[in-house]
Amino acid sequence: MIFDTVIIGGGLAGMVCGIRLAEAGKRCAIVSQGQSAIHFSSGSFELLGRLPDGTAVSDPVEAMDRLREISPEHPYSVLGRQRCEQYAMQVPDLLRAADIPVSGDCRKNHFRITPMGKATPAWLTIRGYLTTEEPEQLPFGKACIINVDGFLDFYPEFIAEEFARHGVACSFGSVNLPDLEKIRKNPSEMRSTNIARVFDHEENLEVLAAKIRECRKECDALILPAIIGLNRNDSLEILKSKVDIPIYLLPTLPPSIPGIKAQQALQHRFRSLGGEYFLGDTVVSANMENGSVKEIFTVNHGNIPFRADNFVLATGSFFSKGLVATPDAIREPVFDADTVFVPERKNWYSMRFFDRHNYQSFGVRTDTELHVVKGDKAIGNLYCIGAGLAGFNPVHDGCGAGVSILSAMYVADRILKGE
Amino acid sequence: MNNTYDVIIIGGGATGAGIARDCSLRGLKALLLERSDISTGATGRNHGLLHSGARYAVTDHESAVECIKENMILRKIAAHCVEETDGLFISLPEDGLEYQATFVDACRNAGIRAEIIDPKEALRIEPAANPALIGAVRVPDGAIDPFRLTSSNILDAKAHGAEIHTYTEVTELIREQDRITGVKAFDYRTRSEVSYYAQVVINAGGIWGHGIAAKVGITINMLPAKGALLIFGHRVNNHVLNRCRKPADADILVPGDTISLIGTTSSKVPFSEIDNMTVTPEEVDILLREGEKLSPRLAYTRILRAYAGVRPLVASDDDPSGRTVSRGIVLLDHATRDGMEGFITITGGKLMTYRLMAEWATDLACRKIGVSEKCRTATTPLPGSNESRKEVDKKTRNIPLAQRRSLIARHGDLATKIDDKNHFKNSLVCECEEVSTGEVEYALENLAVNNLIDLRRRTRVGMGTCQGELCACRAAGIMGRRSPVCAKKAKADLAAFLNERWKGMEPIAWGDTLRESEYTTWIYEGVCGLSDETEKTSAQ
Repeated sequence: MIFDTVIIGGGLAGMVCGIRLAEAGKRCAIVSQGQSAIHFSSGSFELLGRLPDGTAVSDPVEAMDRLREISPEHPYSVLGRQRCEQYAMQVPDLLRAADIPVSGDCRKNHFRITPMGKATPAWLTIRGYLTTEEPEQLPFGKACIINVDGFLDFYPEFIAEEFARHGVACSFGSVNLPDLEKIRKNPSEMRSTNIARVFDHEENLEVLAAKIRECRKECDALILPAIIGLNRNDSLEILKSKVDIPIYLLPTLPPSIPGIKAQQALQHRFRSLGGEYFLGDTVVSANMENGSVKEIFTVNHGNIPFRADNFVLATGSFFSKGLVATPDAIREPVFDADTVFVPERKNWYSMRFFDRHNYQSFGVRTDTELHVVKGDKAIGNLYCIGAGLAGFNPVHDGCGAGVSILSAMYVADRILKGE
Repeated sequence: MNNTYDVIIIGGGATGAGIARDCSLRGLKALLLERSDISTGATGRNHGLLHSGARYAVTDHESAVECIKENMILRKIAAHCVEETDGLFISLPEDGLEYQATFVDACRNAGIRAEIIDPKEALRIEPAANPALIGAVRVPDGAIDPFRLTSSNILDAKAHGAEIHTYTEVTELIREQDRITGVKAFDYRTRSEVSYYAQVVINAGGIWGHGIAAKVGITINMLPAKGALLIFGHRVNNHVLNRCRKPADADILVPGDTISLIGTTSSKVPFSEIDNMTVTPEEVDILLREGEKLSPRLAYTRILRAYAGVRPLVASDDDPSGRTVSRGIVLLDHATRDGMEGFITITGGKLMTYRLMAEWATDLACRKIGVSEKCRTATTPLPGSNESRKEVDKKTRNIPLAQRRSLIARHGDLATKIDDKNHFKNSLVCECEEVSTGEVEYALENLAVNNLIDLRRRTRVGMGTCQGELCACRAAGIMGRRSPVCAKKAKADLAAFLNERWKGMEPIAWGDTLRESEYTTWIYEGVCGLSDETEKTSAQ
């Protein structure tokens, strides 16, 4: 099979890169193992929440100047502030075109509310999810938090405890349905996706609306776990039309409905642009010729090669096996590319779980144009994007989604300009 | 007075719990004080091996005899804590077969059933064993769950009137001339100091007993011996595997519940380190290298976590150099030894002999108090072991099969007390270990659970392959339902739980364990926005 570009990995980075290339009319393939970090994301995308020294960031673009001083190896530092800003400005439209309705500003972080009720800096948040401009100012005075009976992945009490610190009193409500009884019979089935399927039926949404009307008296806003709208986009609008009170969604523990939806939307967008998405396939080997990647082979396609002018490595970090840790080294399994890590395992970690850990910023070695480096030589037609890159701490610094998206856009541009 | 007892027991390990039970069965009014949760010291940090005594047969006849006797007793009184797996002592080419004959003779002399079996037969009954083995001896080793065992002793002690105060640390022994009359203790939950009085104070503090005795100037010649272990992600072997050679490092592989564990290393550590045991990369290497000789499958089995305990080895009193160290039971009557009345130390020994240690200590306490009641703990089943698994199974048919099996394995006949009336209660909190909402609620109400880590010890929440990825949060959610104060505390607990889990994962965090850690970070720190601050601010 011959493509212009083959992207290995179908997470956020791989798909954004694929969409950009397909938008420009390129023939593109994405080979994806399946799950990626988007599947359990929060409903928000973050650009830069904190600097590596712990300073909170209000204006992510402006903070990139300081970031460059502290952390020159950070992908944002490599790309440069100007480029980052230019790409970041285009992202809302890119996501909206994929039917992911987001709002937010790369020059000013807002705050998303987590399943634990904490306020965390965010760049773009999907419509319907609760956000605030300042961490301590919630947009209501009294809220009612409704949960589904027996759903263990959403915590009204934790949220209420957190809200109480900001002067918001919470009441609780719960909803049950005959259709939910059916799932409940199997003890491991009361999870967000199964529940969301129940609420994809309009008559069940009506029961939820009735419950909301019942709770309405005691509050001026209503909080729901993200268990609606799995296979339809109008659930929240339908609910809102049935009640006269603001409704806000909060993410749950995984599986995450907004995450799954975002994944599906991006995939759909890529395919509708003519991209080929090979789901459930794994790259097993690559052939090199004259210092370039010639072709790759996958499990499902056996000896049928995927050939392309350019290849993009978007296989992510450890979770998705884009990086593999052995007791004494970090490996990149597809191309056996050079990796950036500190020697000796004891230096990979810190003692406490919530500390910054060095392993979190290990990754594939690249040159400044994000070409993958192997045996100290940059491979001209192979790029690395997303979580597999080295030099940044996605969770601690709140920049995982931003690095994935911006590095993907940058590499797509390079490939397009390369001709 | 309310704070006066016949006996005060310091230490909530298996021995302390056993003493509390023994005392209360003999009609003594007993109080047990534990600075943390039950079974947090050496009790919860060993192999969980139901020794047949075979391991000691050649080197320590007396210990071997004690072991096999207690082994047979525990199979009866603690049936729900025991898995009768049997054990194999395998000889590898590098060991030779010479030791085997000596070993079998010594076992038989100690009254331990020891049958030599053909290498082929050995591999048939235990396919996980090293196929290079040249000989094998089958002995009545087994697995025992130390958390369940201790918890069960505590339950019975309470049922017979004993008081158990966890998170209460003894700060001072109250002394009147040459007699100990009680203790001062700090209660971490109420943050207050309380005094308790008793005719006899029993020091069952394991390695920490050294410091307790030192509070009144008494020196016990203890040597802290660290032992590191690794837990594997699934049950590799079904028989306990030992090397048929002189006991050495990392030569026991024990199956237990859903996992297998290899141990131990052995190294002397200073007293300053006993509260903060971490496993070093070198120890991990030794454990893996030796473990793979018992079962080559370990080379490609995922490691779940690493941990280390501290054995209280005691040098005999007539050898101040500390060279002659015994693994046997050491009972010290400080009246005769040090001229200090009303104070006993029970130490040395092993998990296997906890009951016998308790019996000895209680016998001595009874003599001091003037009670002639005989010990009944060798014949009276522990709570949970009164009915057979089959009978319990019949009574719990409402619970789905896999869950029911786990419940009965964990709680024995007490499984019937767990609410299974509706689907809400059967809903799973922890998929790896099949822990239901009903079981979590039962543990919160009946088993003195103060936090998530305690809950893990009672139910195995978070002990499975995912090491508490989502179940910790769900369990915290259930704990937090009770009140706003609980919600605040549960959140702090969650952060503490993750830190505790990480401690065990850090030494072996590569491969899938690192993947799991990264995912856990994404969920708790990323999606949920938790941090160490949560632990600090919520704990206040």
